[in-house]
Amino acid sequence: MVGGGGVGGGLLENANPLIYQRSGERPVTAGEEDEQVPDSIDAREIFDLIRSINDPEHPLTLEELNVVEQVRVQVSDPESTVAVAFTPTIPHCSMATLIGLSIKVKLLRSLPQRFKMDVHITPGTHASEHA
Amino acid sequence: EGGWPELKSSRPTWALSTLFSLRSSLENPEPRTRARGIQLLSQVLLHCHTLLLEKEVVHLILFYENRLKDHHLVIPSVLQGLKALSLCVALPSGLAVSVLKAIFQEVHVQSLPQVDRHTVYNIITNFMRTREEELKSLGADFTFGFIQVMDGEKDPRNLLVAFRIVHDLISRDYSLGPFVEELFEVTSCYFPIDFTPPPNDPHGIQREDLILSLRTVLASTPRFAEFLLPLLIEKVDSEVLSAKLDSLQTLNACCAVYGQKELKDFLPSLWASIRREVFQTASERVEAEGLAALHSLTACLSRSVLRADAEDLLDSFLSNILQDCRHHLCEPDMKLVWPSAKLLQAAAGASARACDYITSNVLPLLLEQFHKHSQSSQRRTILEMLLGFLKLQQKWSYEDKDQRPLNGFKDQLCSLVFMALTDPSTQLQLVGIRTLTVLGAQPDLLSSEDLELAVGHLYRLSFLEEDSQSCRVAALEASGTLAALYPVAFSSHLVPKLAEELRVGESNLTKGDEPTQCSRHLCCLQALSAVSTHPSIVKETLPLLLQHLWQVNRGNMVAQSSDVIAVCQSLKQMAEKCQQDPESCWYFHQTAIPCLLALAVQASMPEKEPSVLKKVLLEDEVLAAMVSVIGTATTHLSPELAAQSVTHIVPLFLDGNVSFLPENSFPSRFQPFQDDASGQRRLIALLMAFVCSLPRNVEIPQLNQLMRELLELSCCHSCPFSSTAAAKCFAGLLNKHPAGQQLDEFLQLAVDKVEAGLGSGPCRSQAFTLLLWVTKALVLRYHPLSSCLTARLMDLLNDPELGPAAADGFSLLMSDCTDVLTRAGHAEVRIMFRQRFFTDNVPALVQGFHAAPQDVKPNYLKGLSHVLNRLPKPVLLPELPTLLSLLLEALSCPDCVVQLSTLSCLQPLLLEAPQVMSLHVDNLVTKFLNLSSSPSMAVRIAALQCMHALTRLPTPVLLPYKPQVIRALAKPLDDKKRLVRKEAVSARGEW
Repeated sequence: MVGGGGVGGGLLENANPLIYQRSGERPVTAGEEDEQVPDSIDAREIFDLIRSINDPEHPLTLEELNVVEQVRVQVSDPESTVAVAFTPTIPHCSMATLIGLSIKVKLLRSLPQRFKMDVHITPGTHASEHA
Repeated sequence: EGGWPELKSSRPTWALSTLFSLRSSLENPEPRTRARGIQLLSQVLLHCHTLLLEKEVVHLILFYENRLKDHHLVIPSVLQGLKALSLCVALPSGLAVSVLKAIFQEVHVQSLPQVDRHTVYNIITNFMRTREEELKSLGADFTFGFIQVMDGEKDPRNLLVAFRIVHDLISRDYSLGPFVEELFEVTSCYFPIDFTPPPNDPHGIQREDLILSLRTVLASTPRFAEFLLPLLIEKVDSEVLSAKLDSLQTLNACCAVYGQKELKDFLPSLWASIRREVFQTASERVEAEGLAALHSLTACLSRSVLRADAEDLLDSFLSNILQDCRHHLCEPDMKLVWPSAKLLQAAAGASARACDYITSNVLPLLLEQFHKHSQSSQRRTILEMLLGFLKLQQKWSYEDKDQRPLNGFKDQLCSLVFMALTDPSTQLQLVGIRTLTVLGAQPDLLSSEDLELAVGHLYRLSFLEEDSQSCRVAALEASGTLAALYPVAFSSHLVPKLAEELRVGESNLTKGDEPTQCSRHLCCLQALSAVSTHPSIVKETLPLLLQHLWQVNRGNMVAQSSDVIAVCQSLKQMAEKCQQDPESCWYFHQTAIPCLLALAVQASMPEKEPSVLKKVLLEDEVLAAMVSVIGTATTHLSPELAAQSVTHIVPLFLDGNVSFLPENSFPSRFQPFQDDASGQRRLIALLMAFVCSLPRNVEIPQLNQLMRELLELSCCHSCPFSSTAAAKCFAGLLNKHPAGQQLDEFLQLAVDKVEAGLGSGPCRSQAFTLLLWVTKALVLRYHPLSSCLTARLMDLLNDPELGPAAADGFSLLMSDCTDVLTRAGHAEVRIMFRQRFFTDNVPALVQGFHAAPQDVKPNYLKGLSHVLNRLPKPVLLPELPTLLSLLLEALSCPDCVVQLSTLSCLQPLLLEAPQVMSLHVDNLVTKFLNLSSSPSMAVRIAALQCMHALTRLPTPVLLPYKPQVIRALAKPLDDKKRLVRKEAVSARGEW
């Protein structure tokens, strides 16, 4: 009786999701410890900001569920723009807007004001992409 | 009439006369007066129940029993009296039963106030302690009576006593009769305990106390099983986290006394509940408790002795688990794979039988899955699970090795591990290495062919490139572990290869090196030391390394100091591995130390055309590396052997006696204390390494002369390295020297020397170094003179020339050295010396700070911050509030060392004592924000961490600053350094 999502009495929309490995803490490089060298804000840094957000219905992070990926983060430090695309675990995920909002708020609080940010659903992965 | 005893004897005893003298009040129609009378009597009895005679007790009991029928206002005092009587030794048999019967019959306990209920429980406990046989004669009536007494109890204080009584009823085997279910009901109605102690509770009863005492009751007998198990299942299925935890823990406790019979009917539902909790839980604690419960369930099922015809529940239970979990194991990407593996492992860890059953079912499955999946990440998950199951095997030792379930899978496992070791993915390799270690730890599992292959793989992995460091380190570690188990395989297959590699390295060094060759050489040195975990291997590898050093010395190679240091590091690691085994420790000491000394002496000989390498051997870093080898090789020597060694080495330095060194034909004499050309003098560091690591009871020959020479040398200004080494050596010997006249003499000499040197002249800084080390040696052993020397050191803070050095000196006093004055090197280090130094000296430092002229104030702040920095935080916290004003002042000090250490003091203080800190919030916010734009990155980071910690202050204090801080923290978000931004993000997020 334990197959797939059967266990929890149907409480969760997706009870046994695919999980992905967490990337560890970003290793500190010699350049980062050097006082003189400026480090620009890159995709990994943005990704580190949002990867630890918890999914609304699992005790898992957005990273483990592959909702956000580093490759789907576009950032340009000189132009002060960030674009994040996220992928809901299943196409009819009712939490998609909530996830989007969480990402947006986290970035608003954590990035310098000069940045213009854009958070959207990866095209073709959700029933109501434009929500 | 009224229970009054008849006065038979002409001289009534004191107790009865007291009773009669109270008669007027005891017979008073007003119940309050009667109550007061009885209260007085009971108080008397409570104080002198030990003096009562049997006859008196009989009368008193009769009287009190009778009083139980009296007005309800009287009852509390009556119970007090009965409590006093229940403590009587002279109580004749039969009366305990009658008292209890009377109480059960006459008193409705639950309508009494808490204190009086407590008295009833006390009476029962007293009787249970002293009149067990008698109470048992009451049979189940006693149990029933007690059930009625405690039914409806609400006070936690009384419950603790009542639970204790129930536990005694069960564990002392009182007759429960038909009342098992009632007894269960009357206790289990409190399960799960939900109790929050009121604030300022004087009784100090915690929720945990109640939970534990109820659990001991519930889990004390298998007779409760049929009632308890359904309750537990119901509570595990509830939504309340604490109820789940409590139920699982109680189940765990029950398994210690239950058998198959009790569990039988509930196994399917128990399994279903545990499975659901582990599969779907949001809390790691619930998961851990679930696994623990499954573990003890399985252990319980495995323990029971079976009747021949009974069905073995263990088998069916385990097959249930397997059936529910196995298909998840085949989906290594899915979320449930790990919970399933953990469940199976929890069950398998419970008993050898369970382990056999599960391993023999799961291993083939996992082996098959490994080959089915081709992605490295999936294979890694599978191998990690496999590793978990293999580790469990180690828990059970099989008397008959042929019975071992792993035997059948050995070949498949080996080939799978080797496949993992050759995989391009580092992660998979890592797990492979760990699995190999676990397989190797199974006695007699691997054949010699397997071992040869394994050694080959480890050899290859030991030379991996830079980017797979972790793998290489793991391979070295595995080599070490396995080499201790299979020395023959390693010395025949690995050591020759490494020796060959070393030779190739030597010839490459001659040619001048490429970087890749160089790193390969380094790997080889590390591999050699890593594998030296067995005495027989050390006997092969140590000569190889020493040979290598000679070779480098002899040939005309362009050796760099880094090469020699690398060899020394390997030697040191090897020495560390030898420390545990006295025989190889002595072998190492006896072989390596003369060789190193000979090399160094050779190098220090004056020569017409100095070769490059000889200079290399005398460099500071190289000597420091040799110092650590010699120190490590000496600390674990037994005193006898060390004494043997010291008779060679001290004369070498004092008299130039080189006879024990290998290849000892040197062109001129070795006189480190006389030679002015300073080359030989540097070798004092090696002498220091040796004598300062000796056990304390080893006598050093020519000590007096040695100390004087060292003292002389320590104030020589021609070579700072050797004078510092001499000062350290002197301090190291001083620290270990037993108190007495000779020690005082040495100290006097040292003080004179220091004062003479500090006066003026070229060697002020040498004299200061000597002072510093001597002070440290004395501070560590709580010598009375240390306070004097510390005061001298504090004076120097005012010195324009030595002031900054003195401030840094405090850091040296408080820190742990690596080479001398270490606990490992048998120095006398008292455990609380930092705390003591703090309490003795900080007031003086603070005072000095206030008195000091403006230009030297930073010295005091710096000294203070060094002291504070090294102190354990728990000690520091209660003291900090008094230093707070000073610390706040230190924040404005421009020196960034002071800033940093002050911030690191303030940060824990903010976390631990927010109330005190909130008085200074205005000052703190401004200063932290200022420092968050300091030019030093470390200060910016620390300041932001403090900003983060500020959020622990009470919210009302913080609210006025919130908008200002959030605005101000936007700036570090755009810091050019990523590490600073990271702290800014977390601080701002928190605000």
